[in-house]
Amino acid sequence: MQIYLPIAEVSVNAFLILGLGGLVGVLSGMFGVGGGFLLTPLLFFIGIPPAVAVGTQSTQIVASSVSGVMAHLKRKTVDLRMGLVLLSGGLVGSALGVQVFALMRTLGQVDLLVTLFYVVFLGIIGGLMFFESLSSMRKARRRGGVVAPRKKHLWVHTWPLKMKFRTSGLYISVIPPILVGLLVGILAAIMGVGGGFIMLPAMIYILGMPTKVVVGTSLFQIIFVAGFTTLMHATTNYSVDLPLAILLLVGSVIGAQLGTRIGVRMKAEQIRIALAVLVLAVCFKLLLDLLIQPNELYSIASAAP
Amino acid sequence: MMRMVLIPLLLCLSALSAAAEQVVAGLSQNRVSITTNFDGSEILIFGAVKRESPVPDAAELDVIVTIEGPKRQVTVRRKSRVAGIWINTDAVEVDAAPSFYAVATTDPLGDVLSSTEDLRHSISIPRAIRSVGAPATIADSETFTEALIRIREKDDLYQLLEGAITLREQTLFNTSVALPANLTEGNYRVRIFLTRDRGVIDAYETVIGVRKAGLERWLFSLAHEQPLIYGLLSLVIAVGAGWAASAVFRILRS
Repeated sequence: MQIYLPIAEVSVNAFLILGLGGLVGVLSGMFGVGGGFLLTPLLFFIGIPPAVAVGTQSTQIVASSVSGVMAHLKRKTVDLRMGLVLLSGGLVGSALGVQVFALMRTLGQVDLLVTLFYVVFLGIIGGLMFFESLSSMRKARRRGGVVAPRKKHLWVHTWPLKMKFRTSGLYISVIPPILVGLLVGILAAIMGVGGGFIMLPAMIYILGMPTKVVVGTSLFQIIFVAGFTTLMHATTNYSVDLPLAILLLVGSVIGAQLGTRIGVRMKAEQIRIALAVLVLAVCFKLLLDLLIQPNELYSIASAAP
Repeated sequence: MMRMVLIPLLLCLSALSAAAEQVVAGLSQNRVSITTNFDGSEILIFGAVKRESPVPDAAELDVIVTIEGPKRQVTVRRKSRVAGIWINTDAVEVDAAPSFYAVATTDPLGDVLSSTEDLRHSISIPRAIRSVGAPATIADSETFTEALIRIREKDDLYQLLEGAITLREQTLFNTSVALPANLTEGNYRVRIFLTRDRGVIDAYETVIGVRKAGLERWLFSLAHEQPLIYGLLSLVIAVGAGWAASAVFRILRS
């Protein structure tokens, strides 16, 4: 069934979009990430103009994050105070990211910027997660199934401006969470992603938050950053395509529920290793695109009508 | 020698005055509505040659039909290798390139149209694109225009349909042009040329209005005229859908 998208001005197969949304939903349910880092390149691939893909994607992130955060609120695994601190950094970062995006757009280097961001961040995070999971799996095996406790004192604990985060059981400086929020906000605006794939490791490894509150808190603040990004894109670039967003989010909310069920059957290390492999695969593919000579050296960018 | 000068001159005169041969044409539709399930559209163009006198014995009659979408400025960029990676390095602004362009002819374009006539009427695809100048740093600016044509031809946005027009008894002609699904809105100019001896003897012009309709129209207008309301509407739908999904699955599970 073909459907014409009024903002993207292209005609696409509705079931293809539903399927893409579903696929990304399964992954986000399994791993607790938004899946934007996969969906955005896939949308480019089926011919959605990049600006529309990035703008619409943020709408879909809002929907899937709301859906996810509801479940976490029930289980009281959302650190609202930490979420608000991260958010304050996130909104500033998002505004900064839009400026960088606009600047690079005039220089014609948006593609390069986005791809480089993907390669660098996916590479670092995928690599770290992969080796960390491998070593914790090896340790778990050696100690007969007991996972080593994470060390309690991290370097950020020595910074000033301390604040109590009761749900996370932390008493740390507010500077690192603001910086993490800022970084994720910039990424969200430039890459059209929620930033879960960088937020989650940062919360665990930099802030030292307990794993059980990480996903809910990340989702909570992503709702607002993605919502803000949606408004920015809608008002400055007119690049939010509502029919596309609705198709994507119908697919992804169904997929997310399936993914959650697959997720509970897997061990934490297995999930982390699978996610690491996925992240590294996407990173590798993008890196190849940069290094191998493309078939078509030329590209067309339409000026705004 | 005299005849070689006279014949084109006479042809020109006849074209200027009430032409001996005139084109009368019609379209299967003069408006295209882009609705939610729009999947491209086929335009039928048909017509006849009206003449007071019998068919001249001179060169064969040919017909050319062009359909041209709204012109826009585009930027064509070229990648090259810098420090091992492929990045956009050169860019050329093309001042006005039609968003869609199709040329249908009775015979190969070179056989039915001379290059001077092409220049005058901007009929062939390269002539339909107006490119004024490239920055002085780029010597081969024409390769950018070629790339633009190559990329758009691959997407069926530019079509050269040589021999696609059927002409019967040098009088009746018809052809069809497929408009692809990824059309942009605007007025599409349709031109029909009659040529003899590679010179244009008569031309006819009309317009197809391509418009978004129904829900598409409403969403597009809202997004451009009330972007804040549109953005908020998107957010409300997103939050609502997310909430509804978790509520529905909670009920299903219990």
